[in-house]
Amino acid sequence: MHRLTSVEELEKIRKITLEEKSKKSSCLTVCLGTGCQAYAGQRVYETLKKEITSHNLTAEIELKATGCRGFCEQGPILVLYPGEICYCRVQPENVPDIIKTTVIENRIIEDLLYQDPVTGQRFIKESEIPFYRNQSRIILGANRFINPQDLGDYLAQGGYRALAKTLEEMTPEQVIAEIEKANLRGRGGGGFPAGLKWETTRRAPAKKKYVIVNADEGDPGAYMDRSLLEGNPHLILEGLSIGAYAIGADEGFIYLRQEYPLPLENLSIAIKQAEEYGLLGTNILGTGFNFSVKIKRGAGAFVSGESSALMSAIEGKIGEPRPKHINTALSGINGKPSNLNNVETWANVPIIIEKGAEWYTHIGNATNKGTKIFSLVGKVNNTGLIEVPMGIPLKKIIFDLGGGIPGGKKFKAVQTGGPSGGCLPQHHLDTPVDFDHLHELGSMMGSGGMIVMDEETCMVDVAKYFMHFLKDESCGKCVSCREGTRKMYEILEAITLGQGKEEDIPLLEELAWVTSNTSLCALGRTASNPVLSTLKYFRDEYEAHIREKRCPAKVCKALIQYTIDQEKCNGCGRCRNLCPQKAIEGEKGSPLTINAQSCIRCGICREACRFEAVIVR
Amino acid sequence: MITLWIDDKQYEAAEGRTILQVALDNGIQIPHLCYHENLSSFGGCRLCQVEVTRDNKTVLTTSCTYPAMDGIIVRTDTPKVKKARRFVMELLLSLAPDAPKIQDLAQEMGIVATRFTPAGDNCIRCGLCVRACDELVGAHAITFAHRGAQRMVEPPFAEEAENCIGCGTCVQICPTGFISMEEQGMERKIGKWKRTLKMKACAKCGRPFISFAEIAFIMDKVKNPPPADWFDYCSDCR
Repeated sequence: MHRLTSVEELEKIRKITLEEKSKKSSCLTVCLGTGCQAYAGQRVYETLKKEITSHNLTAEIELKATGCRGFCEQGPILVLYPGEICYCRVQPENVPDIIKTTVIENRIIEDLLYQDPVTGQRFIKESEIPFYRNQSRIILGANRFINPQDLGDYLAQGGYRALAKTLEEMTPEQVIAEIEKANLRGRGGGGFPAGLKWETTRRAPAKKKYVIVNADEGDPGAYMDRSLLEGNPHLILEGLSIGAYAIGADEGFIYLRQEYPLPLENLSIAIKQAEEYGLLGTNILGTGFNFSVKIKRGAGAFVSGESSALMSAIEGKIGEPRPKHINTALSGINGKPSNLNNVETWANVPIIIEKGAEWYTHIGNATNKGTKIFSLVGKVNNTGLIEVPMGIPLKKIIFDLGGGIPGGKKFKAVQTGGPSGGCLPQHHLDTPVDFDHLHELGSMMGSGGMIVMDEETCMVDVAKYFMHFLKDESCGKCVSCREGTRKMYEILEAITLGQGKEEDIPLLEELAWVTSNTSLCALGRTASNPVLSTLKYFRDEYEAHIREKRCPAKVCKALIQYTIDQEKCNGCGRCRNLCPQKAIEGEKGSPLTINAQSCIRCGICREACRFEAVIVR
Repeated sequence: MITLWIDDKQYEAAEGRTILQVALDNGIQIPHLCYHENLSSFGGCRLCQVEVTRDNKTVLTTSCTYPAMDGIIVRTDTPKVKKARRFVMELLLSLAPDAPKIQDLAQEMGIVATRFTPAGDNCIRCGLCVRACDELVGAHAITFAHRGAQRMVEPPFAEEAENCIGCGTCVQICPTGFISMEEQGMERKIGKWKRTLKMKACAKCGRPFISFAEIAFIMDKVKNPPPADWFDYCSDCR
């Protein structure tokens, strides 16, 4: 270990690292993000290590465990360079064949290539896969070349060049001007101009200032920040250091979600490495700039992602929001000016500094620059993390990147913005995905959750699901949020149980109004969105539940009935064998019937039937 | 001094005062439940809504947490304010429908009944008891626990409130009668905090008047201890 004392030394060590790496003729990368680990990625990696050793290939092949590559449903993903040969859903038993056939004999294994679920076409290169081809991975892209526990990999990708440039060539004012020129807006969901926020904290009259990373990512199904933190932790540290220099802070915090063990491990290692190399600490790169970073772990409360609650939590208090009549940029942690940005926002900073605001503003539309990472999940063929230019139409994301709706079903709605976002219907699919357009339609960008729903989704049930999440995650301080979300949930539950009343819709609207207008923090103020947006676009579904006691999507169990089509049923008995309630009656060989009394509407019979004889009414 | 406008009239306020305090000081009525003049502002009951215009932006906000600032324009009677207060009141009433203080306040605002089924235990989570115990008494015996609808006031770990000295401040300050205290012979019981305290009897009239825990607490806190026999007599006989 050698502490770097100048930018020249940084460049020297980068050169040495690159030379070292170029000695190996090929590089085999395995994704070991949380998703791929869940699919036995670690065992794939261990088996590869063994096979490479037993074939005496260690001198030629660099085996690398990388962070998340985004296409999680195809994991574990393995890519061999040069050639960029991409294998999907690799299991440990495929490894000997991969080494023998592809690495040694240089032949492709067709079965392991990605196959398009719609066209059946196979793709060799990772970048040719439609899921990746339509993305602009300026932030996430580096994940695939970097072992997050190896600073050398980050340096090989040009890491810390932006920090060096900042410290050597730029004044704090110039840094802020560049961020303002790039029109970087807060990726946590607020969309507030980062440069303006930095400027406010910079100008605040105080000696002690803080910069903070909001890594309390908690939206159900969303993991953009996790993938950045675990896959490329030095990128976040570099962005934060640049921000600290511009703002005049000497101390930073990363407020990390409790349930993120891998990001904790990789970040802790990265901080230690950066400290050892003099990229954090005192007199960074010999420029006189001092900056240290601490990780503060959350305690499992969703609301702690709200800026003032997060700062309370860092102070050691309960993570509850406090009034922000004087905003946290001026009075945050312990009353000191504190600049908070989310993980993805910080990740954009080194890229803007290195490539310049001019380059950056060519991506995106008029008021929204750069890219945004989304977690694309739900009823869509390709699920995973995607990074797209701001302003891309919803339709392009769902149908070009996402590959459309599985099973030939029809699209119904897309929910954006996390639990307090909104659901948008078919006729808004041309909407450009950016802060302003989504907000206009009653949804929001949020931190990047995107859930696709098909025709078999009940929108009242969806609203109920999100309200259940929000009522549990409300901190409970404000009566309007605590009772508002609880009462909205209770009404929604009654509607799905067939106990809805005509006056429920106006009452929901009143509750939504009071919750969003009289609560303290952003959680309460946006908590009504799931109800309001579903009422706005799918009011007929509410009315069908209330007036006709009917669930049009056939989801709400109290309102549906399973029966067997006597014409189609041949009495094979498959459903009868699987029914957990023994509710299916009749003789084998002749059409069966379902006893409505004991049926619990679990749907197992319908899935089991090969003749489409089980009908839901 | 700070100069601000409330309902078209100009008022002066000292630095650090809130809108609600300035209003109350000047006889302007704003309904409130979780505010108490001797405690820090909390902003949990959401009843003291007003509209504030600052830098040409108007927001609906709680007056108990908003600091009096130079030049701000406060309105306490707009349709939006009234609508917000009425609905919040209805929510509060559903939490403690039988509490006289809540009923009276609701009635003043023209609310007779709530459309919601009563939601439970009579506690409106205003936090007056918690703040009184922390800030006035200094015993720190109780706190808020859990989140969302599960939120409630509890002793640590929902066990006996070992720091509770049985002073009864929480009982006095509670607006709904959720917290109660029972005197049973030489014992005082606060069931909500699972606390039973031994009481000391007055040497003259024989009435149990203070818990031994409270005497010890006071002796520990005061710099100049009172005479040794100070706690032998109740305040009536002393």
